[in-house]
Amino acid sequence: MIPSKNEWMDALIARHGLDLHKRFSSATVAVCGLGGLGSNIAIALARAGIGKLLLIDFDRVDITNLHRQQYKANQISLYKADALAENLLEIAPYTEITAVTAKITEENFADLLRDADVVCEAFDNAEAKAMLVNGILEQLPNCYLVAASGMAGMDTPNTIRTRKVMGRFYLCGDETNDVADTIGLVAPRVMLCAAHQAHTVLRILAGEYEVEV
Amino acid sequence: MVKVNGTELDIAGKTVSEYLATTGYDPKRIAVERNGDIVFKSQYDVTVIDDGDSLEIVSFVGGG
Repeated sequence: MIPSKNEWMDALIARHGLDLHKRFSSATVAVCGLGGLGSNIAIALARAGIGKLLLIDFDRVDITNLHRQQYKANQISLYKADALAENLLEIAPYTEITAVTAKITEENFADLLRDADVVCEAFDNAEAKAMLVNGILEQLPNCYLVAASGMAGMDTPNTIRTRKVMGRFYLCGDETNDVADTIGLVAPRVMLCAAHQAHTVLRILAGEYEVEV
Repeated sequence: MVKVNGTELDIAGKTVSEYLATTGYDPKRIAVERNGDIVFKSQYDVTVIDDGDSLEIVSFVGGG
């Protein structure tokens, strides 16, 4: 039996307090890339009661994704945006979700992300990361940006961190371990980085803009 | 002197592109901040680094 919307919101208010709940539930957060980072970010944000999630990815769920991404065996071959929306609505049924199956490019990102209060960059490819980060900083100056760089391999978890690079641009990860130079991506280390990103989003929405070292 | 990612370098007078060409950075994988503001990609060739500037170069690695 799924709780009513009122019961759901009352439970979130009981956990987070009314002020934080209002900030979270009135926010629109975009997640660009729905792999190991993006799928975990979206789940954390949906659980926290973010009002609107914009999920964007061009790809479909593949068997090789399942060791770290939040999809299920029976979702192989579905579009990631649709599959993740389905999973999020099972977890947090009153989240407003817009699932977009599209490749984010220099030409379309500004239109796709215009309504977002915070954008999470969660791509796999380094050049795509740089494209989106430069694009947002150049063209969407009012948007907060939480990007990621460096979370691959079996290195210690303790090098994953968050720093404020400038203004509204935050960067999570170890900034070193490239997927090409490691055994690849391992679920908990990617989840750590995703958790840094999701928590940074919540802190921004809470009005906590500084990152303590 | 110019501060680049916290290190003092003698690169005043060069453009961002000229400085980047002396480094191992891949221009397609970076974002450059100068004195707290993003340097537009289209301006790397014409942005001259001044004495006293502070540059921050973020270089992205793959994985996500």
